[in-house]
Amino acid sequence: MGKQPKVLAVLLSAMTLMLGACTGGTANPATVDNASGKAVADANNSDAEPSTDAPKPAAPTKLALWTFQEVHAKYYNGMAESWNAANPNKPIELEVTTLPDADMHSKLLISLQSGVGAPDLSDIEISKFPNFLRGDIPLAELNDVIDPVKDNIVQARVDMYAKDGKYYGVDFHVGASVMYYNKEILDQAGVNADDIVTWADFVEAGKTVLAKTGKPMTAVETIGEWQFWQMISQQGSDFLDADGNVILDNEINVKTVDFLKQMIKDEVAVIAPGGKYHTEDFYGFMNGGGAAAIAMPMWFMGRFTDYMPDLSGKMIIRPLPSWEPGGNRSAGMGGTGTAVIKSSPNAELAKEFLAYTKLSKEGNIEIWKQLGFDPIRKDVWELPELKEENKFTAYFGTNLFDTLMEVKDEIHTVNIKDKTPQINAAVKTIALFQAIQEGKDTLTTLKTVADVIRK
Amino acid sequence: MRVVSTAVPHRKITHTLRSLLYSQRFAPFLFVWPFIVTFLLFFAYPAVNTVVMSFQLVLPGDVRFIGFENYHKLWNAQFRQALIVSTKYTFWTLLVLIPVPLVLAVFLNSKLVLARNFFRSVLFVPALTSVVVAGVIFRLIFGEVEGSVMNTIVGWFGIPAQKWLFHSETGMLVLVLLASWRWMGINIVYFLSALQNIPKELYESAEIDGAGVFDKFWKITLPLLKPITIYVLTISIYGGFAMFTESYVFWTNNSPGDIGLTIVGYLYKQGFEFFELGYGSAIGITLLALILAINIVQLKFFGLFRKES
Repeated sequence: MGKQPKVLAVLLSAMTLMLGACTGGTANPATVDNASGKAVADANNSDAEPSTDAPKPAAPTKLALWTFQEVHAKYYNGMAESWNAANPNKPIELEVTTLPDADMHSKLLISLQSGVGAPDLSDIEISKFPNFLRGDIPLAELNDVIDPVKDNIVQARVDMYAKDGKYYGVDFHVGASVMYYNKEILDQAGVNADDIVTWADFVEAGKTVLAKTGKPMTAVETIGEWQFWQMISQQGSDFLDADGNVILDNEINVKTVDFLKQMIKDEVAVIAPGGKYHTEDFYGFMNGGGAAAIAMPMWFMGRFTDYMPDLSGKMIIRPLPSWEPGGNRSAGMGGTGTAVIKSSPNAELAKEFLAYTKLSKEGNIEIWKQLGFDPIRKDVWELPELKEENKFTAYFGTNLFDTLMEVKDEIHTVNIKDKTPQINAAVKTIALFQAIQEGKDTLTTLKTVADVIRK
Repeated sequence: MRVVSTAVPHRKITHTLRSLLYSQRFAPFLFVWPFIVTFLLFFAYPAVNTVVMSFQLVLPGDVRFIGFENYHKLWNAQFRQALIVSTKYTFWTLLVLIPVPLVLAVFLNSKLVLARNFFRSVLFVPALTSVVVAGVIFRLIFGEVEGSVMNTIVGWFGIPAQKWLFHSETGMLVLVLLASWRWMGINIVYFLSALQNIPKELYESAEIDGAGVFDKFWKITLPLLKPITIYVLTISIYGGFAMFTESYVFWTNNSPGDIGLTIVGYLYKQGFEFFELGYGSAIGITLLALILAINIVQLKFFGLFRKES
């Protein structure tokens, strides 16, 4: 009997050894890869002193980047090429992986918690960003690359990704909301988009459009948050206040949901097919001239050019209607913070590349040209490059940027706090759906949702 | 001299090794160690750790005990909604997936049924497909556009196009349909194997006593299927409450109005979308306790714990 525990102990230690070997084996290829890349790059840097040989092209350092948007991936790959042309002494080999939104974020969370398998850089969607700013923050501080350009950028777009005075992410765009009008439908109804100043005017115009064309003025999102969020942001409200407290059930928000419900009741609006604007169903509906207008941030332009080709030349962009004359005509919505992972062996190089893609003048011009996003660097807004023709001007008409310049001071900052992931998920899956689609009492619905998150 | 001195211990080592390998005490461990390792590593360790984590706040580089706080948080509207959805789903799947396969198995077991081997395999095929693939197909069939398969079918009966996945009743219907389609074959196999173990003599003597088809079914088949029925019931309760994939495929875990939010879906949301791994663990432990309690009550009710007299 006395022998058995001994035997067991031997067996167990043998197994532990084997398992240890297993984990070592899997972890190695990645680290070796990165380490050797880094080593070679360093060696080449120290070689910079004059030598008799012609300068050898440095071996590129591998950088892994995760994103959840195909268009972002394309942009980064293009920027990696121009980086390599501009920095022959520290070339990179960028490996961009595009994963579905939810998958990418949970994968990143898990790899950061477990300490294995994280990339060097990653896009993080704004509503998920606070998840990564908890505990011992696994993202690298970006102050040393942001501070030099601080005066030139829209501060709010890095503040959203900051904690205790340290920056952890850089956005692509300002995310200014605008109204996209289908001019063809408006013309049929005899409505001039420039006459629409307030939301009340918008509803009145909608009634004319409905009477003349039989089409709804707009579509309401019931499982998407952007439409509602920008409408309350225009009025200075939000889901959370500046201290991170839940204010979803405040008076302005209840009133705004009721406004959307009333538009549906008046048949000025319909519930968006698919429940939100980012669905195949909605693209098809809109592309076929299903509604006369939708309010969305500037970055939605890319969805028009890519998924609604039939509307090319028919859409025009105007500021949002304000709630009262002289009120804010835009809101800063959405965003993708690109972050450098602290544990990356190439964090410094990754930071430099990030600064090049999203903080440099060249990068900001390309962000406009390729992605149609309103870039965060203020000093590029008036450059001639932003007046040049591209696929967006071909689709929406020229002088797009003038609309942006017009509303740039009418953008209220949104509060991105610890509870943002929960409240955003709740707004888009429960609150709007129950209040609008299921027709439940607005105040009760918003209060129930808010109370769950307050707990 | 050197040769001899090394050879002797060498022989000794091989001897002890051989005696160890042939020892009756050692051999069983050799055969079961793969199981013990997998059990300890992938079951016991995570299970124990989950219990510990359910009392913790788990963040990168910051793990601390917070007492029962995670369990206090549980009593909220969203968790109650998850409980309701999981319970409804379990109820409907039990209602479909026990009587229907039982009756089908009786038919498939009867020699009077034509091409029964063909039907047996046809009914089993869905069990071999992946839930994800089947779920995607179901999602397309139940699309909200007028041209989707299901809306076309209901259109023949004059019913307007439905937004199947946007209402709690139709959403539940689609979930239960997918589960029924997929698990029917497996339950049929369970019942078939039990049916084949019922001695033919019982039926013969019943026939001599003048019993009809229904008498035989009610008084012989059903009572003798009881043990397997209890088994199927037990695993179905577990399967119902642990459902996640189907709902995830339909709505990527963000169903409108939480109409498809299951307990495991809630766990996933909290753990992996909001990074509340401690709270997620508490949900998991609660789910375990819930399934255990229901099954113990159920087994007690059916008299499984009663001693054979």
